[in-house]
Amino acid sequence: MNGEGRAGTLRQGAQAALPIVLGYLSIGFAAGVVQRASGLSVAEVMLMSLLLYAGSAQFVVAGLIAAASHAQLPVLAIVATVFLVNLRHVLLSAALAPHFTSVSAGRNALLGLQLTDETFVVAWTALVRGALPQRGRAAWMAGLNLSAYFSWAAANLAGALASGLVADARASGFDFALPAMFAALLVLQFTAPQSTSPEAAGQQAAQRARMRGMLVVALIAAALAVGIALLIPGQWNILLATLVAATLALVLDKAWTSARTS
Amino acid sequence: MDIRPDILIIIIGSALVTAIPRIAPMVLLSRIALPAWLRAWLGAVPVAILAALLASELLVPGGRIAGPSGYPALLAILPVLVITALTRSLMGAVIAGMLTISLLRAL
Repeated sequence: MNGEGRAGTLRQGAQAALPIVLGYLSIGFAAGVVQRASGLSVAEVMLMSLLLYAGSAQFVVAGLIAAASHAQLPVLAIVATVFLVNLRHVLLSAALAPHFTSVSAGRNALLGLQLTDETFVVAWTALVRGALPQRGRAAWMAGLNLSAYFSWAAANLAGALASGLVADARASGFDFALPAMFAALLVLQFTAPQSTSPEAAGQQAAQRARMRGMLVVALIAAALAVGIALLIPGQWNILLATLVAATLALVLDKAWTSARTS
Repeated sequence: MDIRPDILIIIIGSALVTAIPRIAPMVLLSRIALPAWLRAWLGAVPVAILAALLASELLVPGGRIAGPSGYPALLAILPVLVITALTRSLMGAVIAGMLTISLLRAL
């Protein structure tokens, strides 16, 4: 860090967040509008933005609240669904952990608290490139996190305040931002580049098998979600479909692997 | 400041169940490794959730099979898929989807 100190690395982290900030400003604005459209007040939107701070989960909560009858919100189903939606952070956090061993537990907790898919990708890329020396790594990550966090909150606020001006959410297509984002994220799951390694060529077959497995999981989950929605009232379909599909994927993968090796 | 009690519970509950998976591995996992089967299971979760969410949004909005008012969404999802695959731009895809559905609804 050439003696620039913690403030310097904090600023570098904040600068590294620029692409995330641009993305968050627009998606966050849409999230603010969608959350207001689902019946949440501006205060509720902001509380959710600051405490939950998870893009897809905030869309999910808005969608579930909008779908529910307002007399009786399925609180437990919503929280359980959010838990499942955000459970993937375990993987991101676990992947970063070995690179932050020299950071205190308290600071690691704060850094982890603001972990998102996007900040993970940027941090991971910087770590893999060796661009982050041990010293100042935590400050760099804090700069990255705080930029992303506050741009998301600002965008949520702007969207929540502007939702009254967006006369008809349907006509502007804002209500479609949610399914569109899910669809785009789903495609990105299949196109996301794995961490590049020298033996990448040898991994192509494994990669193709993984893609096939993911496609099967996606189809099972989609079919189950639709089927369960029609059979069981309430918002349990996403949770049940995901649990069953992920477990089936594990079983199928085991069966597939043992069939190939035998 | 209007914050309804049940919404407050949803927000705090959601924040807690989100914070724990974010924090716990950063703090603990420098020492313990997840078993392979659990990693594989967690790895399948994002795809499963996204597919489940998308299918219910498009096919059974509000718990009922989509009627004619849901057809524009079914069509508008196609440019979203194509543009994401070609450009990998989340924003570009979302904007294209919103423009497409606005046009389809205006027809």
